[in-house]
Amino acid sequence: MSDSILDAKNVTMNFGGLRALNNVSMSIRQGEIVALIGPNGAGKTTFFNCVTGVYPPSEGTITITPPGKSQEVINGLAPHVVAEKGLARTFQNIRLFQNMTVLENVMIGRHARLKSGILGAIFRDGSTREEEEKVIHDSYEILKKIELEKYVNEVAKNLPYGAQRLLEIARALATEPFLLLLDEPAAGMNPKETGHLDDLIVRIRDTEKVTIFLIEHDMSLVMRVSERIYVVDYGQLIAEGTPAEIKRNPVVIKAYLGEEVNA
Amino acid sequence: MKKLLPELKKSFVTALWFVFLTFPILVIKVNTVRNTILWRWANMIAVFVMTMIFSWVWRRLLEKRARGERLVDLSRVLPRNLLDIDIKTVFARKKVSRPALVVLLVLAVLFPFIAGMYQTNIVTTALMYVILGLGLNIVISLGGLLQLGYAAFYAVGAYTYGILNTRFGLNFWIALPLGAVLAMLFGILLGFPVLRLKGDYLAIVTLGFAEICRIVLENWNDFSSGPSGINKIARPPLFGIKLTVPQSVIYLYFITLALVVLTVFVVRRLENSRLGRAWEAMREDSVASEAMGVNLTITKLSAFALGAFWAGLVGVLFAAKTTFINPASFTLMESILVLCIIVLGGMGSTAGVIIGALIIILLPEYLRAFTQYRMLLYGSILILMMVFRPGGIIPKVRKSYVFKADGKIEGAGHE
Repeated sequence: MSDSILDAKNVTMNFGGLRALNNVSMSIRQGEIVALIGPNGAGKTTFFNCVTGVYPPSEGTITITPPGKSQEVINGLAPHVVAEKGLARTFQNIRLFQNMTVLENVMIGRHARLKSGILGAIFRDGSTREEEEKVIHDSYEILKKIELEKYVNEVAKNLPYGAQRLLEIARALATEPFLLLLDEPAAGMNPKETGHLDDLIVRIRDTEKVTIFLIEHDMSLVMRVSERIYVVDYGQLIAEGTPAEIKRNPVVIKAYLGEEVNA
Repeated sequence: MKKLLPELKKSFVTALWFVFLTFPILVIKVNTVRNTILWRWANMIAVFVMTMIFSWVWRRLLEKRARGERLVDLSRVLPRNLLDIDIKTVFARKKVSRPALVVLLVLAVLFPFIAGMYQTNIVTTALMYVILGLGLNIVISLGGLLQLGYAAFYAVGAYTYGILNTRFGLNFWIALPLGAVLAMLFGILLGFPVLRLKGDYLAIVTLGFAEICRIVLENWNDFSSGPSGINKIARPPLFGIKLTVPQSVIYLYFITLALVVLTVFVVRRLENSRLGRAWEAMREDSVASEAMGVNLTITKLSAFALGAFWAGLVGVLFAAKTTFINPASFTLMESILVLCIIVLGGMGSTAGVIIGALIIILLPEYLRAFTQYRMLLYGSILILMMVFRPGGIIPKVRKSYVFKADGKIEGAGHE
């Protein structure tokens, strides 16, 4: 496991009396596309939230090993610190900055990679001006990669639904992550848009050297793009394997379709 | 025509309801000395007729808006080609906006010499509210933090100068930055406990904070001389020259004008910076902005601090202008007034806040005859604005860019 970049060990998350995650352990290797699937309410998003610092896990440890850097524990760090360390995410229910332009949305993604402070903003010295020009330029380049450049000055809330999902990915990419966590990127997309998303996910992995970890309900998408799949149900990890293995796994089928009733 | 009857009925019902509502105040007049009741039936009829007409016009306007038509069709009055000019894009061009600004500034500089002392005085007050509006704009429009305790920071500035001047003889020019910085510290002080609050909860806590500040000032006699306030505060000195009262009114006008220019400059630069973007992102979605690497603690505290800074500055100005301060000047009404300025002018728009402040402060001065109806007027204006022009008089324009093939970027919009 020398090349694993994210390790979750025995992660448990309790909300009062409800155990949303129970002893979940996973590890993601550099350059993989891994999917996390499971029925509704299985704890997938909770797991993402634990990893990205929205909630500190009740028990267990989550460690990251950014490429070329040493291993470190990230449980309980604030979300913005986790983002700085190179984990970026999108949200299940789109959370764009609705009243800001598409470009500004991506520019916010660059926030942690910029330095200028209050005094720089007021006096706008050479380095601040350079930085601002660069951030506009870089953000536009990111939009080009995701093919959203035609919307550049549009206010985010006016975008078509599919484009909003893509903008979330663009914004996350702007933080220069080594691991991109996508929470249901295809939700609400039509089949054509989903097909386009397939290509995009693989392309991002290949060109940006980003590892991708995604939650998805669209099984055809999951089976096409992912190299490995984790399945959770009622907060428990019930299976792990390649798409072909998962398709045949009786435990997974039971979780999704239910058990035959023996009368 | 067949629509007429139900429409009439609607207006009739509305009018009846208003008559019922206003009956106790407008119709019955009790004379407690002679124990008689005066029935003013004429008022009732007036209310009925006026409400009938108003509700009719109101519904017409709403219908027009629903159809997407302009409320006032200027094409009948003005020639077509004049209407096709989009004012916003014209002023976005530097060729137009630069000379326009220069003309405006020259007019502002000449103003006190043309107008009398009274005019200069009230315009100075309006300019002070411009600064307050621009400061609160950072907190409310950019940061999205509904702050109803702005008057507290204003008071901090005023009392800083008042106390330091009367007790320790401190100069205005030293107190000016001191008051602003002290207000800023108070902003941070208030910021810490409310870091986790937003929306209505935040509004209530900030409101409470302002009231606490006012009550402390009212009761701590040794410190602030209580409700009787501090008097004989020195006006700003000009290189040791003793100014007469009319002279110092003009002098203060120029100080305020200079500070307005400074505020506009600084606030706009902050807006178009990394920090300004972070403020807006926090307003739009705090969870997402945090996930994108925005440190919410710093972002929120800086919004509070930089908003309070300007209030402190104006506080010192206010103390120097009136030479007398007491806690009654820093009530909740003051905070609401500044909020009204922002909402009326246009959330987040600099030009809007300036226009809003001038309207809200100057209008009552020129309409002295209607002083009694001031609040009624504010209320109606705000309701009308919310319904027909929710973006304010001059809504904020988002910055847009043109990306050229050779990698050059051109900024459009403001700046």
